[in-house]
Amino acid sequence: MAERREESRPRAVYFYGTCLVDLFFPAAGMAGIELLRREGLEVVFPQGQTCCGQPPFNCGHSAAALAVARAQIALFPQPWPVVVPSGSCAAMMKRHYPELFAGEPDHPAAEAFAARVYELTQFLVGVLGVQLDDKSQRSQRSKASQLGQREQRGQRGQGGQPVRVTWHSSCHALRELGVREEPLALLGQLANVELAPLARERECCGFGGTFSIRFPEISAAMVADKAADVTATGASELLSGDCGCLLNIAGHLARQGSPVRARHIAEFLLERTGGD
Amino acid sequence: MAIETGGSGPPDFRASSTAALRDPQIRANFRRAMDGLMAKRAALFADPAEWQALRALGASIRARSLARLPELLVRLEERCRQNGIAVHWAETTAAANETVLAILRAHGATRLVKGKSMVSEEMHLNDFLAAHGVESLESDLGEYIVQLDGEAPSHIIMPAIHKNVGQIARLLGQKIRDAKYTEDVDELTAIARRVLRQKFEQAEAGLSGVNVAVAETGTLVLIENEGNGRMSTHVPPLHIALMGLEKVVERLEDVPPLLALLTRSATGQTITTYINMISGPRGEGEKDGPREVHLVILDNERSRIFADPELRATLRCIRCGACMNHCPVYGRVGGHAYQTTYPGPIGKILAPQTEGVKRRHDLMHASSLCGACVEVCPVEIPITELLVRLRSEAAHGEPGSPVLEAGQARNRWEDLAWAAWRWLHGSPRAYRLVSRLLARCAWLPPPRIGPLRAWTSVRTAPRPARRTLHELARARGVRDA
Repeated sequence: MAERREESRPRAVYFYGTCLVDLFFPAAGMAGIELLRREGLEVVFPQGQTCCGQPPFNCGHSAAALAVARAQIALFPQPWPVVVPSGSCAAMMKRHYPELFAGEPDHPAAEAFAARVYELTQFLVGVLGVQLDDKSQRSQRSKASQLGQREQRGQRGQGGQPVRVTWHSSCHALRELGVREEPLALLGQLANVELAPLARERECCGFGGTFSIRFPEISAAMVADKAADVTATGASELLSGDCGCLLNIAGHLARQGSPVRARHIAEFLLERTGGD
Repeated sequence: MAIETGGSGPPDFRASSTAALRDPQIRANFRRAMDGLMAKRAALFADPAEWQALRALGASIRARSLARLPELLVRLEERCRQNGIAVHWAETTAAANETVLAILRAHGATRLVKGKSMVSEEMHLNDFLAAHGVESLESDLGEYIVQLDGEAPSHIIMPAIHKNVGQIARLLGQKIRDAKYTEDVDELTAIARRVLRQKFEQAEAGLSGVNVAVAETGTLVLIENEGNGRMSTHVPPLHIALMGLEKVVERLEDVPPLLALLTRSATGQTITTYINMISGPRGEGEKDGPREVHLVILDNERSRIFADPELRATLRCIRCGACMNHCPVYGRVGGHAYQTTYPGPIGKILAPQTEGVKRRHDLMHASSLCGACVEVCPVEIPITELLVRLRSEAAHGEPGSPVLEAGQARNRWEDLAWAAWRWLHGSPRAYRLVSRLLARCAWLPPPRIGPLRAWTSVRTAPRPARRTLHELARARGVRDA
């Protein structure tokens, strides 16, 4: 599978970290970068990047969104893919930049940029066709395995410590990007990782950016139901590809004193496959 | 506005939704009902290819009809008149009420029996007629229940969905003479049926809504499951049909795909028990049917919505209710909290356009933009995109905007906050400085003020990491630009 995709495989990629990852989940961002580097790609992280502009765009302040979006696009001049560890921010750039720039002189540039945007798991599966080998055992982790060299990933299928996880898809990954199978496919490659699905996996967790601030009571009712759903799966970890959802659900779980660990799928994948 | 908010004050979704969340009965009743409706719908759209093809057809039929709306309405009026149906136009709900009253008075009618009509809810017709000495009785079981309890519908298809069997049993036991208390659904239905049968026989006029009006034939299509629609439109000597002006389609062949989408999306049925195609009053030598049929076509700001090519998609709606059945907000606060005739996602884009984006500003923002509604809409209304457009119109709409109260919800503090946001995120150096500063202060207890106070009511405060991704990337030799 990896060979078949070799032709369309780019030499280098841009990484767009997103503002939430930058401030609250930088380890998830680094894990995403490492997962890409491990596949032999050069990863470029323009230091001028800030935010995709989704918060003001969703609130109806499109002038602010447009100004910042324009500044972001200028940072990614090469025709390389732009990989984003967030379904929501990727959807903003891929789906909404073209409408945000409608009627602007740089609309064609925004459309060309949008076409290069990928959500992280979408890129790992759809473009790179990665094959993961579950071998993480924290106690046995050697320096060599931390480097995550491809040749050292022999003895496929033995697996690391058995773990049960559950997966929360962000609404925007699911509905605006159509990313559903990709993260599940990646988790499915890990021999000793059991995936326990949520009973209402398509239901919003109640984050919604400023929605959770403007309507805290409704948002609270939604996240309480989501946390109960997570707990009912019996999983020890909640994984997601979106840090907004993670902030929301993890914050609620922590407030309840839940032992469930919530983190970004990139961190989990890297750890399970011998990276750090 | 379906619920009077007490006095003339504007509706307050924040207050009504908070109150609804505290009522465990509302949450339990809606959760159970919505789960059932979602499952039934999903079972009938199990084949994604068929669903995509059918909804694309439905969307194109509605979009094509709207593109030629003025012409189709003129043709509908002509054909209806040829069929013997009198056509009346009403720009406002007040005018529509007066029209209905005038028709009733011309026939000396004081007892009206109604099939289900959301346009009549929009008009608050029952209250208006009661104030003018006309008894207006709902004959759809759900509508009958909410009318008995002095309430408005909480759902456009299932008006009494907020009540469970126990609540309905108590209501009928109290309000209907000689009715014994029972929680048996068949017995409860029989009690209502006994009352309604008598009313059908006595009524001097019947009233109904219209699901689809066909321009080429002058046919009014009305679907229902209880037979009360047929009784209301055929037993009394006078039939008045109410429709919003967007309900017209060009041809008869446009009807089957729309009905297939409507019934599956609404109740998870492949077809309803009754499909009424009304093409005029009783003809020469015919033994049943009304002597007179009147059609009242209501605007109520629809032509304003029609004027904007993007917002026009709002008028594609076929009133199936799937958006509310799948909405995580509606399912938790219930329909009454919206204080609109049409609650849920469609109400969030419709009410601000008919009542004003300032008046219903809170409603437009009460969405996480999760898109569950867009995913199930059988006519592909981009509800979340229209919400964002209306939010923008509310804050920055220019005087020439077709949107009611455009630019009137401008908030100087919000403008200032977004201007600061724009400056910070448009200045990479400042952004890196501020984000590094926040990371350095991560050990400080987060201040519980402003947005963080609302956030931390049910969550721990988010803590910045000690180093930003920008710093980590640089430290680990990730190439910059």
